[in-house]
Amino acid sequence: MKLLPEFLKGIIKQNPIFVLALGLCPVLAVSTSVKNALGMGAAATFVLVGSNCIVSLIKKAVPDKIRIPCFIIVIATFVTIAELVMKAYSPALNRALGIYVSLIVVNCVVLGRAEAFASHRTLPASLVDALGMGVGFTLGLALISAVRELLGSGQLLGYTILPGFQPALMMALPPGALLVIGGMLGFFNLLKGRRE
Amino acid sequence: MGNKLIVTAAPHMHAHQSTARIMWGVSLALLPAGAAGVYLFGYAALAVIGTAVAAALATEWLLQKMTRRQVTLLDGSAFLTGLLLAYNLPSGVPLWMPAVGSFFAIAVGKQIFGGLGQNIFNPALAARAFLMASWPAYMTSFRAPGFDAVASATPLSALKEGHLRQVYSYLDLFLGNKGGCIGEVCVVGLLAGAVFLFLKGYITWHIPVSYLFTTGILHYVFGPSGLFSGDWLFYLLSGGLVLGAFYMATDYVTSPLTAQGQLIYGTGCGLLTAVIRLWGGYPEGTCYAILMMNAVSPFIDRYTRGRIYGTGKMR
Repeated sequence: MKLLPEFLKGIIKQNPIFVLALGLCPVLAVSTSVKNALGMGAAATFVLVGSNCIVSLIKKAVPDKIRIPCFIIVIATFVTIAELVMKAYSPALNRALGIYVSLIVVNCVVLGRAEAFASHRTLPASLVDALGMGVGFTLGLALISAVRELLGSGQLLGYTILPGFQPALMMALPPGALLVIGGMLGFFNLLKGRRE
Repeated sequence: MGNKLIVTAAPHMHAHQSTARIMWGVSLALLPAGAAGVYLFGYAALAVIGTAVAAALATEWLLQKMTRRQVTLLDGSAFLTGLLLAYNLPSGVPLWMPAVGSFFAIAVGKQIFGGLGQNIFNPALAARAFLMASWPAYMTSFRAPGFDAVASATPLSALKEGHLRQVYSYLDLFLGNKGGCIGEVCVVGLLAGAVFLFLKGYITWHIPVSYLFTTGILHYVFGPSGLFSGDWLFYLLSGGLVLGAFYMATDYVTSPLTAQGQLIYGTGCGLLTAVIRLWGGYPEGTCYAILMMNAVSPFIDRYTRGRIYGTGKMR
């Protein structure tokens, strides 16, 4: 069983944001700065890894008809852990991300991987898949937020990059997120079309 | 519209109409209002117009070269977009703003969708909304006509804040002696151009008349001192309403095709403009009203489609 392709597919070929277009709600909401994006990416990756592993382990014990509620309970457990840890050690980040930490519970990437992958694969494969998806999600989020932070406040990771630049307020507002995501989705589709 | 769809056998005569002729015709119709804007606000206004037009043409050329499509600078559509955008800006904006706005209008407003004829929103208005959301301070600082640095509120924004310090006569409003964007102030110039467009048959009466009528009625009914007390003429002559109703709402690409659809569309524009002006947070709503109706005009087209002769009820 080859694990490397399972890891890499989450980053490029099946990138959750740009190819699967899953979990866009937090992407729209927290991509105002790279710092928030990395925090959100780390939390989502943690939940993905935890839930994928547990779901893979209990896949035989869960009756088919109630598998979704079972998965949700597993996911919610990890989200609660992530949220409590974040509140204890990084209250500022927790405040910045707000409700979107708790909303990882309903993030389609997490449930999607549990349902589509972990529920019928082995533990190592599920672990690697979750890591790949988590890294892909974080990278996509970081890319979008880098563009938005640069244009919307002239900064990157909180450091001023473009002195004298009049930031376009709209890029820090929701329409800016939709514009950047739409533009990038189109751009990656174009690259994909050229390669095929 | 029935009489426009008469099908006859050959020979036919060519009417010598083309996209380019119409675009340049509309640009020509906009000339008097622009000249008045330059006269009122000075050379700063001319610089804004020049920058916007140059940036729009440059962006169009660059993107069409990059995507290896035919370069269509001469069809006038990019020129017209830049011109309309400049008409929607205050004269005192720093010159990078029309440049960025024109880039946004052509790149995001038009070429991303596939170029002329494919765009959902009026590119010039999309760019204005973008500039308004991004740099609101510049977009809402107007200058008084005739002076270089005297700040002035537009009649509508002064009214919104509840104190119309200066009393505007209808003649001032009509001729353009008021604060505002470069191309929107001189109503008489805009109307002169509109007459030209009507005579040429470039626009029909449906959109502008239903638009202005609806806005006027609503302003009259919901007046400041009880029902049926509104100063409807003041509202019709203020802000970007005339510019919007005749030149922007009538954009072929983003408005419905049939006469019936155009009446619905114009009424919707008028309704939204009046609602935003009367109860919304902004003093002027023309831009957003037209953009919102742009978004629904495919639906209007769908439900006002003419039925094929002899096929019974439209399904």
